[in-house]
Amino acid sequence: MKLLRVSLLVLSSLMISCFAFAADMKVGFIYIGPPGDHGWNYQHDVGRKSVDEAFGGKVETVFQENVPESADSERVMTQMALSGVDMIFATSFGYMDPVLNVAKKFPNVKFEHATGYKTADNVSTYSARFYEGRSVIGHVAGKMTKSNTIGYVASFPIPEVVRGINSAYLAAKAANPNVEFKIIWIFTWYDPAKEADAAKTLIQQGADVIMQHVDSSAIMTVAEEAGVYAFGQASDMSAFGPSAHLTAIINGWGPYYVKRVQQAMDGTWKGGEQTFDGIGAGMVVIGDMSDKIPDSVKKEAQAIADGIASGKLHSFTGPVNKQDGSAWLAAGETADIGTLLGMNFYVEGIEGDIPQ
Amino acid sequence: MDLGDIKISLLLASLIVAATPILLAALGELIVEKTGVLNLGVEGMMIFGAIAGFIATIETGSPWVGFLFSILGGAAIAFIFALVTQIFRANQVASGLALTLFGLGLSSLLGHSYTGIKPAAFSDLHIPILSEIPILGVILFQHDPIIYFSILAVAAVYFLFRNFRLGLILKAVGENHDSAHALGYNVILIRFGAILVGGAFAGLGGGYLSLVRVPQWTEGMTAGAGWIALALVVFASWQPFRLLIGAYIFGGVTLLQLNLQALGLEINVALLSMSPYLVTIGVLVFMSARRSRGSLEAPRSLGKTFFGL
Repeated sequence: MKLLRVSLLVLSSLMISCFAFAADMKVGFIYIGPPGDHGWNYQHDVGRKSVDEAFGGKVETVFQENVPESADSERVMTQMALSGVDMIFATSFGYMDPVLNVAKKFPNVKFEHATGYKTADNVSTYSARFYEGRSVIGHVAGKMTKSNTIGYVASFPIPEVVRGINSAYLAAKAANPNVEFKIIWIFTWYDPAKEADAAKTLIQQGADVIMQHVDSSAIMTVAEEAGVYAFGQASDMSAFGPSAHLTAIINGWGPYYVKRVQQAMDGTWKGGEQTFDGIGAGMVVIGDMSDKIPDSVKKEAQAIADGIASGKLHSFTGPVNKQDGSAWLAAGETADIGTLLGMNFYVEGIEGDIPQ
Repeated sequence: MDLGDIKISLLLASLIVAATPILLAALGELIVEKTGVLNLGVEGMMIFGAIAGFIATIETGSPWVGFLFSILGGAAIAFIFALVTQIFRANQVASGLALTLFGLGLSSLLGHSYTGIKPAAFSDLHIPILSEIPILGVILFQHDPIIYFSILAVAAVYFLFRNFRLGLILKAVGENHDSAHALGYNVILIRFGAILVGGAFAGLGGGYLSLVRVPQWTEGMTAGAGWIALALVVFASWQPFRLLIGAYIFGGVTLLQLNLQALGLEINVALLSMSPYLVTIGVLVFMSARRSRGSLEAPRSLGKTFFGL
């Protein structure tokens, strides 16, 4: 009898606490690495926090870090859905198929998948036009290099990364016709030691400006030590290289996350949508420019950013040939979205092959 | 093939830097395995050493204190492993794996407020006269003290097992712990000590990563270096100098493939990325194949728990 009474008491207090703390909506985020990487995951977490701020107690956010792009992610998302999460942001490309699998099992949960291309009735995708930012920093790199050699540390040969290389190269070449790119693929998004090795190698081979499409801040640290320049990736990384840091491409996920959560609460959220925003929508933000950049170059870079934001400029504007010399864009023509999303070729002038 | 842009002396100098964390961790594991204990927690001890050294360097401003704490941190976390496997006789494989997970978790917890900070620089020690030798000086004698230490440590471990009584005792415990026990050696105590020394080396390797090679703290920054160290011990068939060769080949091919890529050579990049593993294993297996079998086998009591108290 006593046991019954105690358990009833416990049960009722549990229920009260549930009601007392129940938010209108619960939103889950899964990250491929730690939010402490000061790069990709860090910015997604900044976005998550702006959801917290925007909705106060009405929306509760949860997150899981270091989720591998494998069956593990399916398990994590399933667990989130089972624990009452209404909306899940899966923030890495490799979660694509797991998202679709879990979405099928939980038709009432809304899924948002970053950088992917497959959708469903309850799955939308979103990605940023990072390549727009690369046009801006590519211009700065072309102007700042003295050795005319720009090093590029790349992760995986997927369209997003190839697009970034091409965009940066075209901008750098336009700013400085003698510029040459040296590209190293390291086949990982996050391995500080490997990233540092790659950057050191590029510097030893004469690069004096390093660009990166990997997540950690190791390259900035190496650049600072070697006295060369680099750019922040995904976040401002000037803390790691006060004199090396020229500017940064910052991922601004906050506005999008707040908008989508709001839509979900209003009932206007739709699956099957594919968002692909850039500088104009604030999804790509150009960070503060260093004093090392001459004022004239700062102005030019700003003009490129403004032009892209207003739609007057496009990162891929003809005439542009492919690497093998075949024509791609005629004079004045801009790249169509399909080619951009599936980009698997270098533009003319870049040496080396894209690993297949 | 245009090798013009690859400066061989710089390449060789930086391969030593790249290989040192793995070399130190592997050397520690070699000592541990020689006494018959298999500690799969190298990754965990390394990363804990990395954060312990990093925090100490930030708080005191001295990388020397940092390295001291890397050593102490590695040994401290190895102490847990020693306690669990030697005193409570838990399974070594499971405990080692748990140690790795524990080390990774604990280090990211401790390191939370230490991201985005730069540690004090650890200056190179140019050895007088020797560092002036053209080419060779750049490759060998313009490094930081930890690198000189790592090479001396390899030699010390080699002579320890070859010329000293202590080395023989360690080996005896690893080959046949019952016999060693019967001869009056305290198996548990000896293994306990070896595990602590192994942890200290792994911690120092981790500290080298966060204080010199990268140098900054990021979560999970060892990124599998501990596992490579473990594999190296086996492929080097428990011989210190082969370990040195293996680690340097691994570091060298890793850097060489980056250099070849930067040159824009038309070689399959996936193949290049694989090459450090393939070449290192290939060379070490080739070296082993020429020796008689006896000297290549694992310590016979490796991974076995000693119950003979």
